Amino acid sequence: MKLFNFWIAHRADMLSAIAQHLLLTLVATAAAIAIAVPLGIVAARRPRLGAVLLTFANIAQTVPSLAMFGFLVAAPLIGGIGARSALLVLILYALLPVMRNTVAGINGIDRAARDAGVALGMTPQQLLLQVELPLAMPTMVAGVRVAAVGGVGAATIAAAIGAGGLGDYIFRGLSMTEPTLILAGAVPAALLALAVDASLGWLERAMTPGAARSRRVTARALVATGIALTLIVMGSFAVSGRWGPRVIIGSKNFSEQVILGELLAQVIERTTDLRVERRLNLGGTFISDQALRSGAIDAYIEYTGTALTAIFHQPVSRDHTDVLSRVTAAYAATDRTVLPSLGFNNTFAILIRTADAQRLHLRTISDVAPHTSSLKTAFGYEFLEREDGYKGLVQTYGLRFAETPHVMDLTLSYRALASGSVDLIAGDATNGLIKGLDLYMLEDDRRYFPPYDAIPVVRTQTLAAHPELRTAIERLAGRISEEAMRQMNYDVDVSHRDVAVVAREFLNRLGVQSPAR
Amino acid sequence: MNDLSTIEFDHVHYRAPSGTVVLDDVSFTVKRGEVLVLVGRSGVGKTTILRLINRLLVPSAGEVRVEGRATPEWDPIVLRRRIGYVLQEVGLFPHMTIGRNIGVVPRLNGWPEPRIHARCQELLGLVGLDPSTFEGRFPHELSGGQRQRVGFARAIAADPPVILMDEPFGALDPLTRAELHHEFHRIQDQLRKTVVMVSHDMGEAFALATKLGVLDQGRLVALDTPEVIARAGDPRIRMFLDALPPVPVISREAV
Repeated sequence: MKLFNFWIAHRADMLSAIAQHLLLTLVATAAAIAIAVPLGIVAARRPRLGAVLLTFANIAQTVPSLAMFGFLVAAPLIGGIGARSALLVLILYALLPVMRNTVAGINGIDRAARDAGVALGMTPQQLLLQVELPLAMPTMVAGVRVAAVGGVGAATIAAAIGAGGLGDYIFRGLSMTEPTLILAGAVPAALLALAVDASLGWLERAMTPGAARSRRVTARALVATGIALTLIVMGSFAVSGRWGPRVIIGSKNFSEQVILGELLAQVIERTTDLRVERRLNLGGTFISDQALRSGAIDAYIEYTGTALTAIFHQPVSRDHTDVLSRVTAAYAATDRTVLPSLGFNNTFAILIRTADAQRLHLRTISDVAPHTSSLKTAFGYEFLEREDGYKGLVQTYGLRFAETPHVMDLTLSYRALASGSVDLIAGDATNGLIKGLDLYMLEDDRRYFPPYDAIPVVRTQTLAAHPELRTAIERLAGRISEEAMRQMNYDVDVSHRDVAVVAREFLNRLGVQSPAR
Repeated sequence: MNDLSTIEFDHVHYRAPSGTVVLDDVSFTVKRGEVLVLVGRSGVGKTTILRLINRLLVPSAGEVRVEGRATPEWDPIVLRRRIGYVLQEVGLFPHMTIGRNIGVVPRLNGWPEPRIHARCQELLGLVGLDPSTFEGRFPHELSGGQRQRVGFARAIAADPPVILMDEPFGALDPLTRAELHHEFHRIQDQLRKTVVMVSHDMGEAFALATKLGVLDQGRLVALDTPEVIARAGDPRIRMFLDALPPVPVISREAV
């Protein structure tokens, strides 16, 4: 019921996500056909070259899709985030089944039919078009079917690099541990896959010689399917109205970032005439930074300490002003502008269960050091890797943990702590789950963690093109306190309220007025 | 060049890519309107002879001439469209109707559709299949004998002067085969094509040939009229004659 309400409430977004998903799959599959069918024909003609081509396609297929998206984000020229790199990955995946089935289809043709074609005086091209391809068609369509159904699945993962589609809901749901949101994306994705499978399966049967009495039926059905798909795609694009000049707002893949991205988007929508496209839930710091560098997004919220160490690889500093000025300079050197801080500091928070804190009388991280030999820990990927993360923490406080830390998704580690699977995690100071799951934040008494002031980072070029963007974003400057941020995080993560609604209510309280429309 | 000789084999040798000698110094001439039937055991090189004629293969030594020109001098596509080919396995295109199958070569030659359609009707009638029933059917809906008839119709659709037939009646029951032999004579009486046919059945050879060749181990050991062959004393020919069932030879008059 909750799921249906969500769908109804977000029908325009859903429709546009489905259209994006379908478009992504369709374009990728079509491109794969255009590439793989000629390659398959060549491979069937020249078995030795064919073996090489198939091996290549096979290797491409075995790389896990998430890893492939990861590679591409960092790759020069062809890489980056957004639909283009997602398409590239989806095409690579679709190549193998289409090519393999083209080869199998052509090689599987009754020898007598091919011999007859040659003996009757067909040129190689006539033989291909009149005999080989039509007879290989059912097998080839079966390959396309595998590719398209796989493509619908892989396209959900493409949301990780900002390609949009139904995966957006799934990733957002995962990071918020919100089953309704996961299902909101997963159910239509599954239905889409089933629909694609069924329709191509039907086409495959219709094309098998002997099954279809009349080829005209097939042709008519093909045309009808094509028109229907075009209408769906065009219709939903019209609904979502995504033509025209726009700014693209990004965010990393956890709730606070999504909320901040939404706030940024809404404040721009309310106070300017710019159209805003949301590419929220992009991934980690690295992906978001790459996206901003490449222009795939125009702005997102970063944290000063993160930018200093993780992006610009400068030594850790504990002075707010020093960090901000160095980060501002480093961004300026790479054509990006830092706007005034939003007002809160989302530093790392070393968290334990409140019950443990009371039982053992722990207040600071120094207090916990004598107990570390009996504590199980879990940390996010980033925390373990970062300059200002795990390594320095252990040295500064002389911590000796019983076992090597578990590597875990940040959001999941909160749950793991609350459920008792682990005893200590590194979270964010503003996380709503701290309140929701009754966790205790140990004080950083030796001031190990550098400041993580939230700052809007915008492409300088975009600011120059749309000066009103600066005014709009500066309306948030200094207006979001740690308490306010933690409350919004709580609303989304624990109360499972809609991000857009939470952001809208916050802006209303700030008194940011919509222009009369 | 003899105006009447359509196909000439001039000391033809053929060595397979594997190195096996398939044909060893084969020479013969087929005149216009003749029906040459080549008889021999399986694997003796009968099909190779047919494939040399329409340039699916070229000789290792010697020359195969069609209408006076050596096959390598022909454009293979032009040559093949002048030669009808009835395959052993028939090889109808399973994704095309009977009508489309028969119309393949005319269509390749760019005939206008109404003419193709008329030709198809005419040929179905000629091979004894009702056009209105069969034109729209697919090959898998036909019996083996019906498919053979369609294969023959397809081979002669564009009216080629030469027809090659590779054991065209091999897989059929004796009654159907006899019926098709009869049809063959009726059609050949009308069309007067130059025919080279391959068979492993001496009875069939006697029934259809105007000239009969016997192949053994890559060599043409006899080439003459059926009457002369029937009286031959050569053991390599006798073994085929002796393999015939002890019933009177099925002759043209007996059918």
